Amino acid sequence: MIRPRQRVALGSLIGAGLVLTACGSDTGGSPSSSTNPGGAASITCSSGSLTAAGSTAQQNAMTQWIKDYLNKCSGSNINYGGGGSGQGVQQFTDGKVDFAGSDFPLAAGAEQQGADARCKAGPAINIPMVGGPIAVGYNVPGVTQPLNLSASNLAKIFTGKITKWNDAAIAQDNPGVALPALGIQSFHRSDGSGTTYNFTNYLAHDAKADWTFGADKNWTAPGGQGAKGSQGVAQGVKSTAGGIGYFELSFATQSKIPYAAVGNAEGKFVQLTPDNAVKFLSYAKAAGTGSDLKLDFDYATTDATAYPNLLVTYEIVCSKGNPADKLPLLKNFLGYAASPAAQQELPAQGYISLPDNLRQQVQQTVSSLG
Amino acid sequence: MAQSVHVTAGNSRLVRTQLSRRSLVAIAAAAIAATVVLFVATPLQGLVGFVLIAAVLYILAQTVISNHVEGRRAAINRLVTTLVVACACAAVLPLVAVLGFTIVKGLAVLNLSFLTHTMRGVAEQDPYGGIYHAIIGTLEQVGLATLMAVPFGLLVAIYLVEYSAGRLGRVVSFFVDVMTGLPSIVAGLFIFALWILALGQSFSGFAGSLALAILMLPTVVRSAEEMLKIVPDSLREGGYALGIPKWITILRIVLPTALAGIVTGVMLAIARVTGETAPLLLTVFGNPALNFNPFSGAQASLPLFVFGEAGLPNETAINRAWAAALVLIMIVLVFNIIARVIARFAGVRS
Amino acid sequence: MDEPESAKVSMARSSEAVPSPASQPPKTNGTQSKDMPQAKDLDSRPRRRADAVFRMLAQGSGVALLVIMAAIAAFLILQAIPALNADTTNFFTTLNWAPDGTPSSFGIAALAFGSLLTSLLALVMSVPVAVGVALAISHYSPRWLAGPLAYVVDLLAAVPSVVFGLWGLIYLVPGLIGPSNFLSTYFGFIPLFETNGTYGKSIFAASVVLAVMIIPIIAAISREVFVQTPRDHIEAAWAIGATKWEMVRTAILPYGRSGVVSATVLGFGRAIGETIAVALVLSANYEITLHILQPGGNTIAANIANRYGEAGNIGRGALIASGLVLFIITLIVNFGARTIVRRGEREGA
Repeated sequence: MIRPRQRVALGSLIGAGLVLTACGSDTGGSPSSSTNPGGAASITCSSGSLTAAGSTAQQNAMTQWIKDYLNKCSGSNINYGGGGSGQGVQQFTDGKVDFAGSDFPLAAGAEQQGADARCKAGPAINIPMVGGPIAVGYNVPGVTQPLNLSASNLAKIFTGKITKWNDAAIAQDNPGVALPALGIQSFHRSDGSGTTYNFTNYLAHDAKADWTFGADKNWTAPGGQGAKGSQGVAQGVKSTAGGIGYFELSFATQSKIPYAAVGNAEGKFVQLTPDNAVKFLSYAKAAGTGSDLKLDFDYATTDATAYPNLLVTYEIVCSKGNPADKLPLLKNFLGYAASPAAQQELPAQGYISLPDNLRQQVQQTVSSLG
Repeated sequence: MAQSVHVTAGNSRLVRTQLSRRSLVAIAAAAIAATVVLFVATPLQGLVGFVLIAAVLYILAQTVISNHVEGRRAAINRLVTTLVVACACAAVLPLVAVLGFTIVKGLAVLNLSFLTHTMRGVAEQDPYGGIYHAIIGTLEQVGLATLMAVPFGLLVAIYLVEYSAGRLGRVVSFFVDVMTGLPSIVAGLFIFALWILALGQSFSGFAGSLALAILMLPTVVRSAEEMLKIVPDSLREGGYALGIPKWITILRIVLPTALAGIVTGVMLAIARVTGETAPLLLTVFGNPALNFNPFSGAQASLPLFVFGEAGLPNETAINRAWAAALVLIMIVLVFNIIARVIARFAGVRS
Repeated sequence: MDEPESAKVSMARSSEAVPSPASQPPKTNGTQSKDMPQAKDLDSRPRRRADAVFRMLAQGSGVALLVIMAAIAAFLILQAIPALNADTTNFFTTLNWAPDGTPSSFGIAALAFGSLLTSLLALVMSVPVAVGVALAISHYSPRWLAGPLAYVVDLLAAVPSVVFGLWGLIYLVPGLIGPSNFLSTYFGFIPLFETNGTYGKSIFAASVVLAVMIIPIIAAISREVFVQTPRDHIEAAWAIGATKWEMVRTAILPYGRSGVVSATVLGFGRAIGETIAVALVLSANYEITLHILQPGGNTIAANIANRYGEAGNIGRGALIASGLVLFIITLIVNFGARTIVRRGEREGA
């Protein structure tokens, strides 16, 4: 009952499918020269394949490093899927990925135990790899110089206690700035995220009196507008006069949203520059046991050149018990990620590189994996 | 309604006074002018508000004047006609806006290289990369879903039309309806709960196609059922009269007669699930690299790709999202056109 | 039945929703007659066995469909139970979603309320418009326009929801701030339009996006039903001197009523289950409020999309529990609509 015309239609569809199958290639079609010739020296090749998933915050860094690595070592295969930190940890625990990216260290208790059980031979550990400063972006028409916002003012803004941009508390920190009598519209993440966790962690430490909601990956404070993803928050701030929100630095620079100098524990205002963020990270202490490099940020620091609002993405791996066919590639790839050459690529993408003291600890830990 | 008997009398006017086109234009101009005044006098602003208020004013004025000049029945008739036109505009405009918006943004990026490369090793700011992997993923997932849903759906439809008479048939028919209203995210959650959590399987293209098959099933059943129903009984009776068993009659006479219509229904079901994002989010996971094997490992898909790229802070990534959305719409368009071509032959001759 | 439309009629329309024009008892639609003409005595044995096998296969598929529906309920319940047990607060009344917290605490109240409110508002906005569009295509527009118009509307039913979501986020949400401000300034005394002075990603915006998304679905099905109005009904109306509207009111709308109802139910199902677009345009929180113009609102589906990525073990179970509630809501709505349609058929007959 299929008539000629139908046959033509079906045939052309199948034909189109075949053409599509024949012509494609599993590459990005980039100009083939290595983008980071200097980095190639730090790469040691091993064959095999790795799959990883988790944090979307570090996805771009991972993509870049995988690209570098595969350019040199065409025999191996590495895949990093996003999906979110929680997804990454779940899949790691279920044994479906070789390592996970997460914006928070494994939580003590059930989560750590589950991950340990997967590794069998040794505990699962957190290795910090990618740092990202969190910008507090705003949209206040008429204000051209960067605003100073103390932790306490930020807490009050994001809980709806300060509602106008010309509030006395803000004006006091910004002498000489003509603040408009505009309503403040605060934006936060509506999905769970490491960005929210680290921003609220900063408020919980440096604005203890005004922020009573603790550190949480889900926004728990009242008021404000939720938006999906950092992109959504940045878009909201950008399109709303009086808007304010927090997102990774790259979203601020890409969307050309001005961002504030935020107050530290002592009330001093710190500009967001890569150097200032690295400085803050260099004060962090490894708080984990054994080879675990879970970091404890020093929010109490009084150094006025340390930007206290940032996020670190950890790679969660098994310290021991990695399968023999994965281990060399795992060590070589993560070893490359912790190399100076790889870390130097980060600032161009809106991240910060690990400070040297920490980077060397990371390299050591990676080489000790078993 | 019996007054029309009087029509013969010369004093009854057959044609009532009608509002001329010119007076309608005048009313429209007055409505717009009034709206401008309103916008100047009050803190109103925004194009949407302007159009809305002007339209409401026009409709009010036109109805009042028509009621005065043409009478109540004609006024109501005119009001409804205007409302119907307004509805068509109100519905089509945003829809065309969405479509135009995608086409303009998508065409800026779309080229052959975009169709034949993947995102393996492409960072968000890189101006290259493509959706080959996502196209393959979508075609495989939808293809597998079709392979599962169509035979299954056809058998259910045959059961409903040819065999069921009793209570079971009514129950099945009812649950087909319920399934039609099944939210796609629930289908995704079900496969997630069953396939990934309970059975411990990995995310894969196949898991996604299971969810899509559930969403396709009721559509296939309903369309096949409708087509089988309009196959004239005389064909069946002819078969029986020749001593052909019922199942052969169904497979060789009834089904082929309804085939073109069934294919159309299937094509439209395919078009419907191709754009589904939510169930895939929970089941196929997404993958920047090409994975031909839908049974093992995470796979990409076009809707997921659009969703992922649109959330990145980079203009090049967002442009990729639009181009992928455009490709997705074009794929659906192709399915639609095929369905329509086939539908031309859908007539079951009676 | 010679038009291409005839095939599409079937698409989403439920069999019983549209009464066949003449036959009074629509329950079985003449299926019985097909079983009658068999001359059983003529059947040879192997043939009868093949027949029985085929019948079993078909019936088995019907039963399998029921099994799938049961499995959906069963597995959602199964995976939800551990999380529901871990919940230290009342699942039905808690206005909070922290399943992975210590202690675990989450509740469906605000989400279910938001899902119902956004979907109902979307229906209020879209059903009249969609019926208008359907009438425009079926009976008002000239022939040359009707085809393309129908085609555009059909095509848009297939635009991926992400695209609607992005469009809503980038164009609609800012565009609605003005009208919202107007409504709240001059009609703020109506609780629905009251605000806290801020505007943006609101329940209202989400409802408008949903309305735009479901218009094509409702319009397509309604149109198919309107087109099928028997000619003699229409001509009878013309013959007694009805205006066009009177013809529509007395012939087309009564005939299409049950079709429109089932289209509405389908649209409701689509709206309440819509995930991505709503997640993009809603400002997720866990409050119950009727102030639809101010930022806020959340739905079950949007919450799943928002919370899935960072959900732990209990978090996943909690999301599945919320999906179960969504499933039950759609079941109830379907039951309700079927009852309405059936009653309508009985009265209309």
